[in-house]
Amino acid sequence: MHIANLDLGNLGANGIVSGGLPIAVGAALSIKMRKTRQISVVAFGDGATSEGNTHESMNLAGVWKLPVLFLFENNCYAVSTSCEASIAGGSEARRAAGYGMPGVVVDGNDLEAVHYAAEEAIEYVRSGKGSYLLECQTYRIEGHYYGDAMVYRSKEELEAWVARDPIGQAEKVMIERGVLSEAQCRKIQAEVQAEVDQAVEYAIASPEPPLSALFEDVYTGEVKA
Amino acid sequence: MSERQLTYREAVAEAMAEEMRRDKTIFLMGEDVGIHGGAFGASKGLYDEFGPERVWSTPISESIIVGAGLGAALTGMRPIVEIMYADFTAMAMDSIVNQAAKVKYMYGGRATVPLTIRAPEGAGRGNAAQHSQSLETWFNFIPGLLIVMPATPYDAKGLLKSAIRSDNTVLVLENKLLYGDKGIVPDEDYVVPIGQGIIRKPGRDVTLVATSRMCNLAASAIEKLSAEGIDVEFIDPRTIKPLDMEMIAASVKKTHRAVVVNEGHRTGGFTSELAARIMDDCFEYLDAPILRVAAEDVPIPYNRMLEFEVIPAEKDILQAVRELMR
Repeated sequence: MHIANLDLGNLGANGIVSGGLPIAVGAALSIKMRKTRQISVVAFGDGATSEGNTHESMNLAGVWKLPVLFLFENNCYAVSTSCEASIAGGSEARRAAGYGMPGVVVDGNDLEAVHYAAEEAIEYVRSGKGSYLLECQTYRIEGHYYGDAMVYRSKEELEAWVARDPIGQAEKVMIERGVLSEAQCRKIQAEVQAEVDQAVEYAIASPEPPLSALFEDVYTGEVKA
Repeated sequence: MSERQLTYREAVAEAMAEEMRRDKTIFLMGEDVGIHGGAFGASKGLYDEFGPERVWSTPISESIIVGAGLGAALTGMRPIVEIMYADFTAMAMDSIVNQAAKVKYMYGGRATVPLTIRAPEGAGRGNAAQHSQSLETWFNFIPGLLIVMPATPYDAKGLLKSAIRSDNTVLVLENKLLYGDKGIVPDEDYVVPIGQGIIRKPGRDVTLVATSRMCNLAASAIEKLSAEGIDVEFIDPRTIKPLDMEMIAASVKKTHRAVVVNEGHRTGGFTSELAARIMDDCFEYLDAPILRVAAEDVPIPYNRMLEFEVIPAEKDILQAVRELMR
């Protein structure tokens, strides 16, 4: 749950819903103090919009005009709770104005639309105007976990969104425009699958950590706690 | 060494100012820490010297004060964040406990969190239940956090410098009733190492371990006990985690008796941990049970008379030591 690579600027996925927002705002503050041209981007879902962290983060970023792109991936469900049941006022994007920042909605399943919307959002944030909320509307096709019976949504609703699968749609557009052929799409899929399979095999084949690793990296430096 | 005296709060401000001069990545963030100088005056002068780019006054948002501190710490800065009253750390618990404390471990060591969290604790001013607590025991329970509790102006400056220079998340739990205390504070760069206790007074008969403001009560009690012929060895651990058990154990092995004093509540408070650790290391050497002097297990009352009944008083320390020496 907490995959990270600080060298690449990935400050980590977070096991606490909304946990990443304050960190992203802190990174933006750091950018402002270090005077670099970086921006801070944080992805979060509809579940996070109800957490105090999200309010505090957007409020502080708004009031201090920090370079944060709040990338809201609205996939309609947080476990079994729909966004209708959790977002008072019906729209997180509309709340953005309340935090002194633009709030723009885009079809999250449309690759091109997201690309152009993101370009605009990034340009805004990088220019020093402040923060920006980009709401990408999408849908969670699988359950929240394996074995999730998904009793909280209808088959019709699910099927309508499956038909709008983003990768399938993007392939269709690229084939129509002659950017890629059907065969090339299949090849890419196979290559990516192979890469993922290899990674899984590598992980499974890797040895367990030594017992001594148990006490490593709790602290930095020599600390006999 | 100069004989200059500063108050505890001046020592805190001086530590921050000196460190911020030395290293441009160090900054202060918290409520009212800027032009106001901090709710307790502990950041007085910093805004004048360093300006709004290094001294950030926030809205009332403890979770993000700490969380943004963490984000800045992960991206090349060395933040000092201030929580106005330790009681309000409750608003920031996820940021402290689930985030800052655990990031390094969860990321396989590939993260460093040089974050300092300062917060004043303590009762005795009629600030009542939600503004008077001593909460070090909460944080002592969480692997990944270091905790210091300076009891003197000298230690306030030295320990805060160590905390700022540490690449770990360090909680600096000050005490609001200590802010006005005066003491010798050298006008130079010095540190008090994290994890190093101090023997405030050597003795033979009983080991007295006291934290933060309880050290003032202990010092006064010890004078009276001396007159009664009881020679107390008084230790101020100064750091809660990592605890200087080497010093404490050596003392108890010598005196065979121990009294531990902490302003937190008795149940699950820091005295519980101290007693358990002394038992771990010194059981064979003890001639008597370890006595704990702690706050009663009730919220701190508003009423002054009741407040002083709840928190440890000098008479409680005297009673405990005399009981051990009977």
